[in-house]
Amino acid sequence: MASRDIKTDRTWRAIALSPTIAIFVLMSVLPVLNLLAMSVNEISWVAGHSVWKYVGDAHYGRLAADALLHKGAVNTMVFAVGGVTVQVVLGFLLAWVVSRMTRSRLIYRTIFILPILVPGILIGAIWKLMLNYDFGLLNGALEVFGVNPIDWLGTPSLALPAVIVVDIWHWTPFCFLLLLAGFESLPQDVQEAARVDGAGTWNELRFVLIPMMMPVIVVTFLFRFVTSLKVFDEIYLLTAGGPGSATEVISYTIYRTFFAQDRMGYGSAMSVAVLFGIALLIVVALSAAHRQRGST
Amino acid sequence: MIPTSRNASLVFHLFLIGVALFVLVPFVWIVAAGFKTQISLLQGEVFFTPTLASFREVLFSKTTEFLANTTNSFIVATASTLVILVAATLGGYAIERMNVPRWLVHTLLGWAVVFHMVPPITLVAAWFPIYRELGLDNTYIGLTLGHVAVHLPMALWLMTNFVRDVPIELEEAARIDGCSTPFLIWRIVVPLVAPGLAATAILMFIFSWNEFAVALNLTAKQTATIPVAIAKFAQGYEIKYGEMAATAALALVPALAFLLFGQRYIVKGLTTGAVK
Repeated sequence: MASRDIKTDRTWRAIALSPTIAIFVLMSVLPVLNLLAMSVNEISWVAGHSVWKYVGDAHYGRLAADALLHKGAVNTMVFAVGGVTVQVVLGFLLAWVVSRMTRSRLIYRTIFILPILVPGILIGAIWKLMLNYDFGLLNGALEVFGVNPIDWLGTPSLALPAVIVVDIWHWTPFCFLLLLAGFESLPQDVQEAARVDGAGTWNELRFVLIPMMMPVIVVTFLFRFVTSLKVFDEIYLLTAGGPGSATEVISYTIYRTFFAQDRMGYGSAMSVAVLFGIALLIVVALSAAHRQRGST
Repeated sequence: MIPTSRNASLVFHLFLIGVALFVLVPFVWIVAAGFKTQISLLQGEVFFTPTLASFREVLFSKTTEFLANTTNSFIVATASTLVILVAATLGGYAIERMNVPRWLVHTLLGWAVVFHMVPPITLVAAWFPIYRELGLDNTYIGLTLGHVAVHLPMALWLMTNFVRDVPIELEEAARIDGCSTPFLIWRIVVPLVAPGLAATAILMFIFSWNEFAVALNLTAKQTATIPVAIAKFAQGYEIKYGEMAATAALALVPALAFLLFGQRYIVKGLTTGAVK
């Protein structure tokens, strides 16, 4: 390899990296800088061009006292923690049972994967009809048992749980898929040894499978957790944050402020706060993971 | 196959069948709703005479935009997938095999992680004013760039993983034979990562096809994609439930096709990086 020309190598390297770096700079770095600039200005549109008026840190000062934003942050956390916990537990159970199947494994996997591939907005549309007060399937089923129809999405105390259930329906399959791959990559000999030693199904699950699957379980949880913080599509269609602010989530608050109300400066300040919050979350998570790896 | 008692096995099968029904019933119900008349739908009829009226309305009526929306979705999904594949394959190869300085690798992969986690709506907010000044809003290029930016992080992550599995000995042998870098990438690396490339391609296409938050805010009537069109149905003062259900049923077709013909790649794409 001594014959390789270092200069040509560098040229090819620069060429290979250039599309990624171009996207990185043009679609991430510059827009985020622009976002920072917008966040300290009041912006209006005049004849297709934006007019900026400097307001200093006024927007950031307002963030702290914004009740809707707080509600959005709290709901997003409830949504993510509650929904993802159920998804991982259910997904684990499903993956465990399916991993024991031989002939029917592919059929079940095919069925369970379907919701992952369907657009979020379509999931929203399906469940908006399913949960409809007048003719939805759920109220139709309740009627059979003589229960009065329930306004699932219009009752403040029920709307968030209903949206979480829809999310569980949508994303448990993804947890199932990751965990099934985890089960399939487990060494068989350990399970066989446990069985030879007379471990029953329950003991095998508790003392062998769950501990061995722990790394995959943690990754699945974290992966789903961060993606569910982004929730927007289903909320947009099912409840639009309502009734009142019962299902307000961060993404929807930003959308409402920046796009629906045209308050671009203030909306930018919200976006910046969320960007930094998430970056902070990553740094904390990474350093925690680092420390844990260091101690064991 | 793990030997289990007959009873336990029966319980497991009943459990799985129950869950499978829970997954499938909403889909079946929405497709059935597409075949109902508005009246039959509103009365919640279980037994009904199927009619094609809603589908006909969605597909062929004068006011419908479903086919235009489908074309838009197809153009943007194809274009963004192609751009992502080129960028991610070259980028992933460079990161794995071309002695890129560590600070740059960390910056790019760090960016990939952060921007995978950030809600897309914050990015759209960042792009929107720039797009408007440049006249990029409501254009295919604008939306395509948006989808590239949102999904490239994951593709870069995947392709870096796939390139890592290419045996370095093959590359060294090719080098000794006097193979140039572009030739090496095109004739040695690309064929070897082909299954990974297919997995990434299918996922990127599906992600773009399904994407809503970016498309909602960067498109108008002429460039609206299918998800935007579905959302519009649900928002009018007088919701046309039948047409909404028919649109939903039609929008399910690509997902079903991917599931039947590309499942192996979808599973590979979704589990790589998470389980490894």
